[in-house]
Parts: sequence; structure tokens; C-alpha cells
Amino acid sequence: MSILVDKNTRVVVQGITGKEGSFHTGQMIAYGTKVVAGVTPGKGGAEHEGVPIFDTLADAVKETGANASVIYVPPAFAADAIMEAADAGLPVVVCITEGIPALDMVRAFDYLRDRSTRLIGPNCPGVISPGRCKIGIMPGHIHTEGRVGVVSRSGTLTYEAVHQLTNLNLGQSTALGIGGDPVIGTNFVDALRLFEQDPETDAVVMIGEIGGTAEEQAAQYVRDKMTKPVIGFIAGQTAPPGRRMGHAGAIIAGGKGTAAEKMAAMEDAGIHVVRSPADMGARVAEALR
Amino acid sequence: MKIHEYQGKQLLAKYGVTVPRSVVVNHEEQVRAAVEQLGLPVVVKAQIHAGGRGKGGGVKLARTLDDAIDMARTMIGMTLVTHQTGPEGREVRTVLIEEALKIKQEFYLGIVLDRAISRLVFMASAAGGMEIEEVAAHEPEKILKEAIDPAVGLQAFQARKLAFGIGLPKEVVGKAVKFMTALYRAYVDLDASLVEINPFLLTEDGELYALDAKLNFDDNALFRHKEYAELRDLNEEDPLEIEASKYDLNYIKLDGNIGCMVNGAGLAMATMDIIKLAGGEPANFLDVGGGASEERVENAFRILLSDKNVKAVLINIFGGIVRTDMVASGVVAAARNIGIKVPVVVRLEGTNVEKGREVIEQSGLGFVTASGMKDAAEKVVALAS
Repeated sequence: MSILVDKNTRVVVQGITGKEGSFHTGQMIAYGTKVVAGVTPGKGGAEHEGVPIFDTLADAVKETGANASVIYVPPAFAADAIMEAADAGLPVVVCITEGIPALDMVRAFDYLRDRSTRLIGPNCPGVISPGRCKIGIMPGHIHTEGRVGVVSRSGTLTYEAVHQLTNLNLGQSTALGIGGDPVIGTNFVDALRLFEQDPETDAVVMIGEIGGTAEEQAAQYVRDKMTKPVIGFIAGQTAPPGRRMGHAGAIIAGGKGTAAEKMAAMEDAGIHVVRSPADMGARVAEALR
Repeated sequence: MKIHEYQGKQLLAKYGVTVPRSVVVNHEEQVRAAVEQLGLPVVVKAQIHAGGRGKGGGVKLARTLDDAIDMARTMIGMTLVTHQTGPEGREVRTVLIEEALKIKQEFYLGIVLDRAISRLVFMASAAGGMEIEEVAAHEPEKILKEAIDPAVGLQAFQARKLAFGIGLPKEVVGKAVKFMTALYRAYVDLDASLVEINPFLLTEDGELYALDAKLNFDDNALFRHKEYAELRDLNEEDPLEIEASKYDLNYIKLDGNIGCMVNGAGLAMATMDIIKLAGGEPANFLDVGGGASEERVENAFRILLSDKNVKAVLINIFGGIVRTDMVASGVVAAARNIGIKVPVVVRLEGTNVEKGREVIEQSGLGFVTASGMKDAAEKVVALAS
């Protein structure tokens, strides 16, 4: 098993004919992901990379039985794409797009509130269950099948963690990036809950960064509910306050959201916190011994 | 993106937020006309993108024209240091001359995105004129909050709850509701990321004013507000950061001597962290983006090396889908074009990593290769010291 995606996941790509969408559709298919449809308004009826294209997501779902979508559309149209996917009733929607206006996401998040759709992202690398399904832009080959879950606000830092795990012969059940924006569909607590319930996950690597209080909430959850070991790292221990460190959500504002606060809360909750990003994999091996 | 107080007030006034009458001046010669228009006394306020101006001598009350001219003369061109500017301070180029109002009481209003609930929250407090972060830390009960349903926006009853809650007299609650509604409309319409009115003023004659105004814009929404380009004040930004933004590079200058070039924001922060753990100090945050193409790497090198403090450079690229040997060739070509004199440590990971390292080692540029982040950090710290 795994969380969110598996062998039966049938993916529709929103924005399949764009540069990013087109390239990564090829990569996903090469990895073995079942990409069953694409959506580009006005290009319905055509094919792309051997995948049928539809004008609307509703049509794509009706014709192909897609049960997950991935969004590569530009920032100005991404919130609309998220809501279209939710309206079509897709259980899993992964939004890769970076740079969506915050207020667009506030509205989209509200739209999702009463619907059953789980949104991953935006501004994230996606989700992969090694050997089964890859939805997103991560390099598939660094992953191996196994029993460690990975959840992170950062893309390349997720790859770094996965790479360290793979080098130590620790495969991954599922690795997901939840995104670097202030408003995201799935937070650490959601992901940790799914990993806790997954019988094929033994331990979880959680990679946070400065800004917000998501890590503190996750720490609370780990303390109260989690039985599996959690290994944590927080990026931005040396970040200056008041500056946005690349990600829209990575900012220490009004003295809040520092790495030190987050690391303390996580340690208090029994999370194995590493100070060095080079120690993530080794600490997992230690915790599983 | 940040803007000046006077710009924020001008924008908010268009939505019906009441602001004091004021005139913007850049030279002492303009003060007389301003005072004649506004009448005495006036408040002279230095315009920089940082708070705490009053304590640093950037906000003063003038009772005579001569005082006003003196104050403006002193402020224009001065370097104002506040707890938010850092020790280097900011040069004042613009001054706002504003009518002095008869203060009865000072309050606080603010709108922020509450990330924990993914909604905007309207905050109000009777503890106006103080650092709201201090109030939040020590007396959080003094800050009232109303979460706003994005489908319907701020409702009048919510504004009333806040207005009565902070103790505004009932005669002005109607005005306060209008004020708050205007503020909310401005936030949404302008795609703000923060609006703060501190102090929110009640005058002796029962009027409400935004005595100060802080308005930040959401950088992700700038594409639909082209008119904001003229509000940007490049004097308030680091020249290297401006240069980097031209090439779409995410660069933030820091105080250390180890330049960093990394792909991905999270990995870039983690690289700074591990340099510090190895006993060094990062000179910057720099995310070159996923592709790390030759052109981007070259621009990044140029910006990194413009910082004269940089004694060594660490390149940390996790290749991802891009082949590592291609990234390596790009790095080598960029380094050749620029002619790099400081030691460079390269850590590459991803597809074809062996070939990538070969390209680096055989380049004849004397680059040091590293395996893993720890090795890379230790090597670059040794080379920088």
C-alpha cells in the first residue's frame, strides 16, 4: 500500500499541451503512471503523447474514468483549474503551479471545504509511490520501493531526503511535497495522519521550513496521535527575519515562524529532529533499528 | 512588495479610508507651500520602508513654519536607523507633511492572511500606537480577531463586534464600520498581503483616521497590477537583489563570506544552514531554479561575485530530471566566461552524476568536487578561511 496514489490511479493532466505539462506527461508515462487524459480548453479531440485531450475536465473524467488530476497551468488560471477538478469530483488533485496569488488560493481553498477532493500543493513537486505511480515533476529514478514516508514543504529538499534514504537501502512508501505557499490543500497533519494509517509505512521524514505554524501543529499531532517514529528537519535556521526565502510562505514575520521555535516544538513532541540536512537518512535508519 | 506610507494612504483613500490631509515633499523649498495649504501645526514624517520611525527621529511635530522647514531639511538625506532597518539604516529621500490632528485615543487595525485557517483575519485592538507583535506576545487577549468568509467578505456585524470590542464610543461605531469595510475592500481589490493601520485614530471631535498606513502587495499577484511598477522604490532595495530580480533569480544578500548557488528554495536554505553548522557564514541565499541552465548559472555567478565579501563559492545542485553532466557543463562554461578567481566547491547529485563530476574535475578550473552536503560544506568553509 501507500498513501494517496497507487497502481490504480488514473491521471488526467490539466494543461497537458503547455511546455511543463507536455514534458512531465512524458516523464510520468515513462515512469509507469497511467495517464489517461489531458485537458486543454479548445484542443478537445486531439491527442498528445498518445493521450486523448478534452475541452473540459468533466468530459475527461466521464470518458476515461480518471480519478486524480495534476495541474500545470499558469498561475493566473491555476485556482480555476483546482476548482474545476473539485467540481468534477476527483478525490486527488495535485497542483504543481508556482506563483498563484494568495487570495485566489483563499477562494479555492474555501471552494474545497465542503467537497471530498484532497488538494496537494500548490507550488509543490507532487506525490510519488515508488514503483506504482508518480504524479508531478520529481525525478523518479532516485526513489525506491519501501516503507518510509516523506513529507516536505520543499521540492529539492524532498529529493535530497529520498536520495539519502535510497543510499541507505531505505525505500519509500510515498513521498510528497505539500508546497511552499501560505495556503496549501494538504498540510503536515493531514499527511502524517495518512502515513499513520498506512500499514506499509514504518517511519516518516517531515521536512519543514521557516514561516507559519504548520510544524507546531504537526508536532501537537505527533505527540497526541502518532505511534510511528517521525524524523524532522527545518530549513532556514540561518534565515534573516522579514525576508521571503524563495517560497511565498517561507518568511519569519513579526518574530514568529523561526526554525528554533519549530525545532523546539518538534523535539518536545518526541520527533527526532536533525540539525543538519545531511543527517536525515541516517537518523531514519537509527530510529528504525 | 512594500510601498511607502504616503503611497499606501493615497491608495486607501480611493476606497474611502479616511486619512489626514498631507503633502509629499522631496526638498525643503516645498515645505512652505505645504504648510500654507495644511495650516499649523503639522507632522513631518520621513518616508522609508521600515517601522519604528518615531523613535529614530523620523516623525516630528512642527508648530511653526521654520520648525517644519528645519525638520524637513534634517530628515531629507539623513540615514534613519530604526529597529527594523538594521544598523546600516535607510536614506530618507521623501518626507510627508501632514496636518496634526487632536488625538483622543489610538487603536490598531490590521488585515492578514491567517495561514492556520487559510482565511483573511481582521484584527483590532485598543492597544494602538504600540508594536502589535509585542501586544500579541504579552497580551494576546487585547487583540480581537474576526475570520472573514471569502464568499461574502467582511460583514457589518463583524466590524461592529470589533468596533464595540475595542471600546470605540457608540457615536462613531457607524463610521468605524465604514472605515473597516473600506479597508477590507482595498485589501482584496489591491491583492494586498498585509494592511495595517497603527495607530487608527479617534480625534477629539469624533473623527476616525488612518494616522499611519502599512500596505504590502502579494508578489504573486503583481502580474495583474501592472500599475504597481511605478510604486516600487528601488532605493529601498539592495542593488544586487535588484540585479538578480532582472534575471528572475531569487537572491538575498547576507553578511557572510561563502557564496551559495543552489537549485530550489528549501535546499538553498538547508545549504546555508549546513555552512553555518560547519563553522562558516553564508554570504547569500540564491535559488537558481530547477533547470540551472548555463545562462542562469552565469548570471548567478556574476551576482554572487559582485559581493566583495565572498571568499569561496559552494554550488549545490540536485539534478532532478535535468542530467547532472549537462548542469556540470553549464557551470564550467559559465565559470570560463566570467573568469572566477575564488575557490569553488561543487556538489552535484542526480542522473549521470559520475559523468558530471568528471566534467567538473577535468575542466582545469581547479574546482573542488564534493560528495554529499556535509563534505561540500566542510570543504568550502576550509577554503574560505
